Parts: sequence; C-alpha cells; structure tokens
Amino acid sequence: MIKFTNVFKAFPKGGLALKDVSFHVAKGEFAFLTGHSGAGKSTVMKLIYAEERPTSGDVRVSGYNVNEMRPREVPLLRRRLGIVFQDFRLLEDRTSEENVAFALEVTGARSSTIPARVMRVLTQVGLAAKAQAYPRELSGGEQQRVAIARALVNEPTVLLADEPTGNLDERATRGVFQLLRDINASGTAVVMATHDLDLVRQAPYRVIELQEGALVYDSAVDEARDQAAAP
Amino acid sequence: MNLTFREAMLTFKRAPLLSVLSVTTIAFSLFVLGLFGLVVVNLQDALHNVEERVEVVAYLLPGAPIEATAQALKDIEAFPEVQSATYVSEDDALVRARAELVELRDVMQELERNPLPASIEVKLKPGFRDTDHVSAVAERLRGFGFVDDVRFGRDWVEKLDRLRGLAAAVGIVVGAAFAVVAIIIIGTTIRMAVLQRSREIAIMRLVGATDGFIRRPFLLQGAIKGLLGGAVAIGLSFAAYLLINRYLLQSAFFTQEQAAAIVVFGALIGLLGSATSVGRHLKRV
Repeated sequence: MIKFTNVFKAFPKGGLALKDVSFHVAKGEFAFLTGHSGAGKSTVMKLIYAEERPTSGDVRVSGYNVNEMRPREVPLLRRRLGIVFQDFRLLEDRTSEENVAFALEVTGARSSTIPARVMRVLTQVGLAAKAQAYPRELSGGEQQRVAIARALVNEPTVLLADEPTGNLDERATRGVFQLLRDINASGTAVVMATHDLDLVRQAPYRVIELQEGALVYDSAVDEARDQAAAP
Repeated sequence: MNLTFREAMLTFKRAPLLSVLSVTTIAFSLFVLGLFGLVVVNLQDALHNVEERVEVVAYLLPGAPIEATAQALKDIEAFPEVQSATYVSEDDALVRARAELVELRDVMQELERNPLPASIEVKLKPGFRDTDHVSAVAERLRGFGFVDDVRFGRDWVEKLDRLRGLAAAVGIVVGAAFAVVAIIIIGTTIRMAVLQRSREIAIMRLVGATDGFIRRPFLLQGAIKGLLGGAVAIGLSFAAYLLINRYLLQSAFFTQEQAAAIVVFGALIGLLGSATSVGRHLKRV
C-alpha cells in the first residue's frame, strides 16, 4: 500500500529532512507517525501524496512510484488518497455540503450521483444536520469532520491525517480520533501523524517514530524482534 | 464545461470588488489604446484625403488633333497605375478658372483670347500615389507628341511620401508601446485574482484536481473580464469621439470590424494574462 525503501530527502537549503527511512504500511492498517515537530512527519506525508519527491530511495503508494511519476499522474494518485490537515483547509465561502461535493466535482464525478454520495459521508461523520452550514458557523471539531468527509467521499484506500487533532480540544479530539478508528474498521488504511502521546497510548495501533529525520522506532518491527528474542 | 462556467461566475460573485477593479483596469488600458487608435484612424483618413488629390496634369500644345487626343485618353486609362484620365478643353479650363479665381474674374472677363491650354488630368489608383509611380506616369505622358508640359508637384508628393512613412512608423512604435503597457497592466490585474484564490488552488490540488481543471475557470474568467473591459473601452472611446466631434473637430470612429478587433484583443489579453499567471502559480504551489 505505502512502501518507503531507504528514503532520503534533502532540504532545498541543505541538510536532511529524512535519513534512510524504510517502512511498509499494509492495506487496512492503522499506523501512527510520531515524533517532535521538525522530526520529518510532514515530509513523510508530503512524499506519500507526491507533493515532494525523494532525493534518493523509493516511495511507492497505491501502485504508483512517486520517484518516477509524471506530474499529470499526481492528481490520479491523490484521488486514491484522503488527506486531512491540522488546519482543516476548508473553503470558507462554501457550505459543508459544497466543500465535500467539491472534491467529487474536481475528479469529474457524474453530477447526478454527487448529492447522494455527499450526504452519505456527511452522515458517516455525524454532520448531516449541518450540511448547509459554512465553516465559520462550525466548531473546530465539526470543521475537521467536514474535512474528513471530504477526504472520504472519493472512497480512498488510504486516509492521511497530518496532526488532525492538533487544533482541537480534548473532547473534539476524542470524537475525531474515534471517527478515524471507525473509518479504519471499515477497511481504509489510516496513517496519522501526531505528537499527542496520550492518543497513541489509547489504541493498540502500530507506531512509527521519527527523530531528526531518522526512523528510530517501529512497533511492528521492534515487537516482532522482541518476541523472537524472548525465550 | 458547466462546472467551469459556474466556477468562473462564482469569482465575480465572491470577489465583486476585485472583479470590477479588473474590468475597470482593463477597460481604461484598452481605452488609452483605443484613443491612440482613433488618432491613427483619423490621421489615415486625412492622409487618404490628401492622397486623393495627387494627380498628374499633361498640358497639350495648341491645336492638338481631337482624334489623337481621344485615342491618347484611352491609352492613358489603360496604364496600370491610372484610375481615370479626363480631358479638359481650353474652354472648360477658362470656365473653371473664372469660377475658382474670383479675384481675377474681371481680368478673365476682358480677355480677347483664351490663354489657357487644354489638358489631360490623370488620377492614380490608391497604392500608386507615391513619387516613383507618379514620376513614371509623368515620363510616359511626356512621350506623347502633342503634350507640351507635364506637372505633378514633385516636392509635394515627396513630402506626402515622407509623412506616410513617418505616420506608419510612429503608429507602430507608439501602438506597440501602448499595447505592451496594456498587456502588463491587465496581466497584473488578472494575477491578483489568481493570488487571491491561491488557497483554493492548493486545496483543489490536494483533492486531486488536474491542472487543466484548475486552469479552465481562470481562463474563462480572464477572457470574460477582457471582453467586458474591451466593450467598456469601446463605449468610452465612443463617448470621447462624440465629445471631440461636438467641441473640437469632425473626426471618424472605428469601423465595426476595428471595434470588434479591440474587444477581441481585450478578451485575448485576459485569456493570456490568466494563462501565464495561473501557469506560474501552478508551478510554484
């Protein structure tokens, strides 16, 4: 699904954002990407959705090779991903419904199918009643749910969430996290970058930790090794 | 296409002030260009009027045979440069002189004998009214045996030649300068509209919109702004033309084709301005 092999990424002004990072996220998996700010989490995310290209090494996502991708293939890859950000990135002058529909429209979906699909995902995130509300009329948690609905509407195989709870209070955080778990339970792989360790401890999911651009811990690998080493 | 149109129209609704500003800027840039265009059109008209008066006159020897003159008239009309050749008899010349030279009317009345020679007045076709062609025709007229003298105002035709060249050069240089300024101003205006929506463009890209999809509404919107700006510019130019006509001098306005060309030019600049600024923006995001 997502496979990094010996990935290096240099900053444009020198220095390395990622140093020899390798991991593999399987279909349907839930993985946390943790580390302090500046550890390289966002760079990993950007490589996954082909906003950046690796300096060396290999990045494969959903059948695409990010290193060798042609620019015109990038939108096709992104349609298979759902992306959620800390700052929601909703269009302020469109309602929840329009924000979600927008993601379908840009992919050239048949307009007759759009309203039903939009309502279905808004229902899924619990915001059907606020379909007509503008982002400024919604709380932070609700805005993030709209963003998640937008990410889901194209039925992605992977949902990328870059600090999705970073701007939310504790209650909204729990709600959004539960939503992501439900989405994962229905078969969508989720990669969630976060530095909220409480959240990480709450759930029995895989943890990949970055430190200064290097992968320092991967629970999938380390636990397997620990088990192998145990008597 | 529907979606493209809807998105393009949404911009006008969402950012009405900036849209009005863009259209106004385009309108005034094209208006300045239009005013210059009016000057050029009128100058050309004036030059054309002067050109019409370029003619070669062959004065005939007294007693030139009528048959030979008639034949010569046909031959001259067959010259490729010649538009018309008119025979003016001695009597006609006198009548015309009496009418035109009012001050000398008394002298004319008292004449015992008509001193004026008969002549052939030759008008040239447009495109042949320059020194070289006029001289060539004059030379050929001198070849007729019964022609006494040929006149065409060499200095005057040469001056006209120079004036024509100068007008063309100034027209091209100043016109190009105005056009470049208009393009830069309009491009900048359109760029502002694109920058205003950079966040939206970034989001569109994240959800998997192709560059073409993102670009299309901007192109349409740019073209519409250019079109509107062009139409307003023609309206302003027409108002200016009416004012000039009423208070300053009789002048000419653009033909329908010229007016349409200005509007189309506006639409094209709008389109190109959008294309370059969106293209640049898409590369950077």
